Amino acid sequence: MNFLAYGVAGWICLVGFYGAIVSKNLIHLALCLTVIQSSTYILLLSIGYEKHGGAPIFKGVKLGTTAVDPVVQSLTLTDIVISVTVIALILALALDAHKKAGTIDPDQLADFHG
Amino acid sequence: MSWLLPLPVAIPLLTAAAIVATESLLPRRVLDAVALAAAAAATAFSLLIMLHAEAGDVLHWFGGWRPSGGVAIGIDFAADPLGAGLAALACGLVTLALLYSWSYMQEAARLFDALMLVFCGAMAGFALTGDLFNMFVWFELMGVAAYALAGFKVEELGPLQGAVNFAITNTAGAYLILIGIGLLYARTGALNLAQLGRMLAGHPADRLVIVALTLVFVGFLVKAAIVPFHWWLADAHAVAPAPVCVLFSGAMVEMGIYAVARIYWTVFSSPLGHAGEVRSLLVWIGVVTALVGALMCFLQRHLKRMLAFSTITHAGVMLVGVGLLDPKALAGAANLVLSHGFVKGGLFMVCGAVLVRLRAVDELRLHGAGRAVPWWGVLWAAGAVGLIGVPYVGVFLGHALVDDGATARGIAWVQPLLMIAEAVSGGALLRAGARVFLGWGAKDDSLLTPEPPEEPPERDAAVAPMAVAATIAIVIGLALSVTPGLEVRTEHAAERFVDRTAYVAHVLRDAKPAREPRPPFTVRAATTESWAYGLAALALAALTAAFGLWRHRLPELFRAAAGRALRPPVEVLRSAHSGIVGDYLLWLTIGTAVIGGVWAFTLR
Amino acid sequence: MTRRRIRGAVALPALGVLGAVLFWGLSGLPPFGNYHGIYGFLINHRALPQRHTTNAVTATVFDYRGFDTMGEEFILFAAVTGVVLLLRKTGEEGEDEPPEEEVRSDALRLFGMFAVAGGALVALWLIAYGLVTPGGGFQGGVALASAFALLFLAAGYGPWARRAKDAALDPLESLGASGYVIIGLAALISGLPFLTNLLGPGKPGTLWSGGSLSFINWAVAMEVAAANVILYKDFLEQYIAPLARGRG
Repeated sequence: MNFLAYGVAGWICLVGFYGAIVSKNLIHLALCLTVIQSSTYILLLSIGYEKHGGAPIFKGVKLGTTAVDPVVQSLTLTDIVISVTVIALILALALDAHKKAGTIDPDQLADFHG
Repeated sequence: MSWLLPLPVAIPLLTAAAIVATESLLPRRVLDAVALAAAAAATAFSLLIMLHAEAGDVLHWFGGWRPSGGVAIGIDFAADPLGAGLAALACGLVTLALLYSWSYMQEAARLFDALMLVFCGAMAGFALTGDLFNMFVWFELMGVAAYALAGFKVEELGPLQGAVNFAITNTAGAYLILIGIGLLYARTGALNLAQLGRMLAGHPADRLVIVALTLVFVGFLVKAAIVPFHWWLADAHAVAPAPVCVLFSGAMVEMGIYAVARIYWTVFSSPLGHAGEVRSLLVWIGVVTALVGALMCFLQRHLKRMLAFSTITHAGVMLVGVGLLDPKALAGAANLVLSHGFVKGGLFMVCGAVLVRLRAVDELRLHGAGRAVPWWGVLWAAGAVGLIGVPYVGVFLGHALVDDGATARGIAWVQPLLMIAEAVSGGALLRAGARVFLGWGAKDDSLLTPEPPEEPPERDAAVAPMAVAATIAIVIGLALSVTPGLEVRTEHAAERFVDRTAYVAHVLRDAKPAREPRPPFTVRAATTESWAYGLAALALAALTAAFGLWRHRLPELFRAAAGRALRPPVEVLRSAHSGIVGDYLLWLTIGTAVIGGVWAFTLR
Repeated sequence: MTRRRIRGAVALPALGVLGAVLFWGLSGLPPFGNYHGIYGFLINHRALPQRHTTNAVTATVFDYRGFDTMGEEFILFAAVTGVVLLLRKTGEEGEDEPPEEEVRSDALRLFGMFAVAGGALVALWLIAYGLVTPGGGFQGGVALASAFALLFLAAGYGPWARRAKDAALDPLESLGASGYVIIGLAALISGLPFLTNLLGPGKPGTLWSGGSLSFINWAVAMEVAAANVILYKDFLEQYIAPLARGRG
């Protein structure tokens, strides 16, 4: 039980990688990257959790009460914004690929090789 | 002087936002000039910071949040000469690239300028920062700007493939870095590099530290295009516009190498000691990268892809320099970064000019066509020779220092291997130059992989800004080996770089560094050994070029035997570079698993 | 066997080894719930007295680690510029008038009106009170952009296209991005480190708390909202516009 949260994060990361490796579709690939992102969020947030800790909001709450770590939450917030923007870029590329090549299968898009 | 530190980041970013805001209001040339001015200002400030940093690290705590009780609460920029020098290199290359694209880029120029400035600011921030998560943020900003710039030419299919492969592999690498950062934060409660080093010091490396080391290094090695994570580089370079390739090869790949060095020395050097296992794995990977890059470079006929594989070769040599975990070799790697950045940038600019004037970038298609543009041929030849390691020219200084470090660490066997790698890739460039600009050699060669053609720009571009930028780049790159005092200054800077305790004391406790005497203005004299290596490299390069040009004149028997022996491994290597992103991700997985497994067993 | 099948077969053992290494490393973490890091502890205890901000997370994001957030904001800016660049109309496509497609159902339009207004209000509240209770520029900005996107669902592509104009969105986005840097530079010019708070701490628990934090908060909210709307607009243009034109 002590390490379940971390184990879940690790498992989701591996699943995301597998999906990305065997993907037939650029949009599916982008979503697999989203899955890998989610594993990083879960890892970061579980790291910061303190038993019996409340949210790090101190309105109406006495200063000094145990609260979970706010730094990992800010890291996760930054991470979410970064990941969303990168996925948006990859989806734009997928759209372009569909327009130009008629396919979004990454295996078919290998014009340059060798 | 610490007020200088945010400027190389703030000025380009602010200008980029301003350019997008006034996109429809101001004419293109005004915005181009503003962009050029911003990049030049960033370069100037970075150089100033580098000069000040030689007296002692320059420190700037953002928001005024200084460390309390030895715990860092805010984010800092801690500029040492090597980091500031790298920032100056990046901003300088951006300035040259913007000068080059004054006439080279013909459509969507304003968005191009804005993204280039964002790229500039991100690279400067990455090189100057002293906080691990801040490094990650600038890493991602570099990446986002780069993915968009790589896919710039949306009318062709190739850029899409290049940008997709680039974006997906580098993003996966970035997630690995983030997991590593999370692990380190969980152990130490710190994100500041100095504080991480302090908290990890004195404790032996346990499983968490080893896995964090693996993940963080792998992520940055993906950016540094090290085997087996290098596949994306050639795809991205073949399709990105030439000024963008200047930055990719000249500064972006080097940022990955810098990160490995910085993070090793500040964070991991204490728990791991000077672990021979880390050294041997990094050196092995570097040597393999150099050799694979050289072989693939020889097999290309697309000029930009050829240059990309040459970058991979040199990235391998730089990784050897860093991976030797020795200050002299580190100074060598720094010098390599400098000279390679300028020379390779210049070579890419020549490529772009060839595309504009001769309408192709394929070596065989261009056979003899370059005779019409001799000045570009001279630049190409100068650049190619500069990358081989001939004494007093180009990458010589860096290479000599890396060799010194290798001998000092008892790993002298890398020297001939690295020489062979640089010679073969230099030979490939010479072969291409001879074929294009002199018309020598066969008109056809089945050994070289054909690639899709690149669409030249529609209108004829003015050549003057392109020529000026390219000439400046190549001249600076070649002259760096004979810059007085450079060797001693980089060695001093490298020795400060590897001194973790001094860094921690300065950043967290505001200790004043000892004043160093002014270093002498000497030029490194080439020893007999380096003359031997340099001339051997030149000879081997010429031999390789001759082989490439006149292979068909060799006796039939010899060719058949060599073909039977060499063709299978060459075909395997070529088919591994499949252009398919799923393959690349599989290699990322395999590479991380192997590196993690090896270090798990040997570093425990 | 196709290449993909071979890849999948090789990936399984590779991921197995990677997983083993990863889990081995993760088992070295402190047990779940037992984290006692100094950084978070310090911020939790100082956010209120030093910055008069009751939301420690917002204080971290915009102040203690505000420089990270500036970089992150520019990542959003660069990605949106990149998407606009990648989806730009090249020579063959040409400029078209947005098709005049409107939603005809009154029930939908009425519901949409309440949904859009309600969503926008909640979003603005999230932004404004982000320093006091959970919320902040990023969260509120995304909510605001989503409320605006609801307009497309409620009223149709025509009204949406008329309101989501580049000429308004681009300056808003750039103002948000440059605003952050300017606030930082203002501190630098007055001799203090970049991004130092120049406006005094303010009164905790109210709208005016945290000094320059609130301005940074609004700048970020503006940029995030504008950037997201530009993203939706570009993607919608690519996909819906040809469909709508076909329907005529």
